[in-house]
Amino acid sequence: MWEQVRSNQIKSAVLVALMGILLLVLGYFIGLIFGSGIGGVVVALIVWGIMNLIAFFQGDSILLGISGARKISPDDHPRLYNVVEEMKIASGLEKVPDVYIIDDPALNAFATGRDPNRASVAITSGLLQKLNRDELQGVIGHEVSHIKNRDVLLMVLLSMTLGSIVILAWYASRFMLLAGASGGRSRSSSRGGGGGAQLIIIAVGLVLMILAPIIAQFIYFAVSRKREYLADASSALYTRYPEGLASALEKLATSNTNVRTANQATAPMYIINPFQKKGMSIDGLTSTHPPIAERIRILRAMAGASLADYERAYHQAKGRGGIISASALAGAGTMALRAPSPEVTPVEEPSQKVERARETSDLMWRLSNYRTISCECGSTLRVPPNFKAPAVRCPHCGRVNSIS
Amino acid sequence: MIAVWVIIGIIVILLLVFWATYNGLVRLRNQTKNAWAQIDVQLKRRHDLIPNLVETVKGYMKFERETLEAVTKARNIAVQAASAGAAERGKAEGELSGALARLLAVVERYPDLKANQNFLALQEELTSTENKISFSRQYYNDSVLKYNNQTQMFPSNIIAGMTGFKSGEFFEVTVAEEKEAPKVSFS
Repeated sequence: MWEQVRSNQIKSAVLVALMGILLLVLGYFIGLIFGSGIGGVVVALIVWGIMNLIAFFQGDSILLGISGARKISPDDHPRLYNVVEEMKIASGLEKVPDVYIIDDPALNAFATGRDPNRASVAITSGLLQKLNRDELQGVIGHEVSHIKNRDVLLMVLLSMTLGSIVILAWYASRFMLLAGASGGRSRSSSRGGGGGAQLIIIAVGLVLMILAPIIAQFIYFAVSRKREYLADASSALYTRYPEGLASALEKLATSNTNVRTANQATAPMYIINPFQKKGMSIDGLTSTHPPIAERIRILRAMAGASLADYERAYHQAKGRGGIISASALAGAGTMALRAPSPEVTPVEEPSQKVERARETSDLMWRLSNYRTISCECGSTLRVPPNFKAPAVRCPHCGRVNSIS
Repeated sequence: MIAVWVIIGIIVILLLVFWATYNGLVRLRNQTKNAWAQIDVQLKRRHDLIPNLVETVKGYMKFERETLEAVTKARNIAVQAASAGAAERGKAEGELSGALARLLAVVERYPDLKANQNFLALQEELTSTENKISFSRQYYNDSVLKYNNQTQMFPSNIIAGMTGFKSGEFFEVTVAEEKEAPKVSFS
């Protein structure tokens, strides 16, 4: 598990460097077209620097802010908080991540935070009320392993580099069109003899402007998918119960609502692709997440809970290659699976679902500062925070209840 | 002259290897200590929850005096074993888990209890504490395995022997009932 993190760090550093070189080469050629190669590199670095500074210092609050996530305390939802604590212990993290809830019927969850000591996990209220304890554990295990493996930092770095490449290529191509239309002739004549060389530079620059964003995206998607498999493997290892995550993914797969506030940059942090459309299998090179059906198949094929067991199941399902580095597999034998939690019944009773739905909606009302009053007739009245009158009439029986 | 440099080079490399291995061993030993502290926290938490649980169910379960007493007794033994070594402690905690499992099994017969909010909250806490105990044990045993591998395998075992690193003790549970977490399901 620990070797996994280390060997990942080396591979990740290589990938970040590759993307960085791509960015610099693009900047250099764009610069050459407009007169100064070094100037282009400097501009590229400035764009990249600004984006990273913003992401580094504001990343989590932006992500949590735009998704409308609300932080909860242990008393707000003991089960969720306990499960996060359990996974923190199983993964050996030093600090319990902050727990957030997003008021959204879509089914999803994500992790954020640039280092394991300042991390958060967030889950939508829709998902929270759909999952039983074992499934919740699987999902949180997946998110916690994103934190433990430092995937968040890596994906933020990669996505900011990708963003810089896209921005540079886009603006440079618009600029060239404009310049070509208005002042292109005067500049090329002023440069005189270098016409042939200039043409080659423009050609290379154009090709780069088109290809760099595509290549960068492929790298980004490939890394993201690999991280998802690894997080699944780690979740199985932490919980010793891959079926929990598999069954949660099954529930997630049936959902056809997308998370309202997700975007391409934040997509890799979610447990499933927040843009996936129902019935459409997004595979191949252009998705941040592997197909859910395949993830479920791998998890269900696991004979034990260790990384080696995941590796075998992965190999069996895909018929090729592995996902986990050899150094992590050395010495990782097979690990026994545990039994399902006793409170999880094979076929869920409707009352349990109702109970969970009620629990979650109560929580959402409470977080919005609504006050709950039980009327004598058995109805529950919810009083909004801006309601100032001293008493409220029950709409069912007409009794006047004072708001204390 | 060259021979002298080669010897110096070899010595420097050996020192570097020694330095890295020693630090690695210290890190692993600290990790096992840390993991042990985690187990400790969770076991204490369980000890604290039990009097509460017994108090809550007592009124409902007048006819289960023996079961309740067994839990209280097992808890007191486990509290006393808290300062003992891993093996003895594992045994005491195993007994406690067994007694708890029996108590929670008979709870099934008391539907009133299942409607008690206080009891439901305790049930969640107890379930989670059981999970946390087993997860921290899992992490501790993984850490000990890694640490022991380092202290026993060549070449790090030479350095471990020279500097006095001893193998760690696994935290195993000796009572059959503990293999499964107590059934905390009453539905």
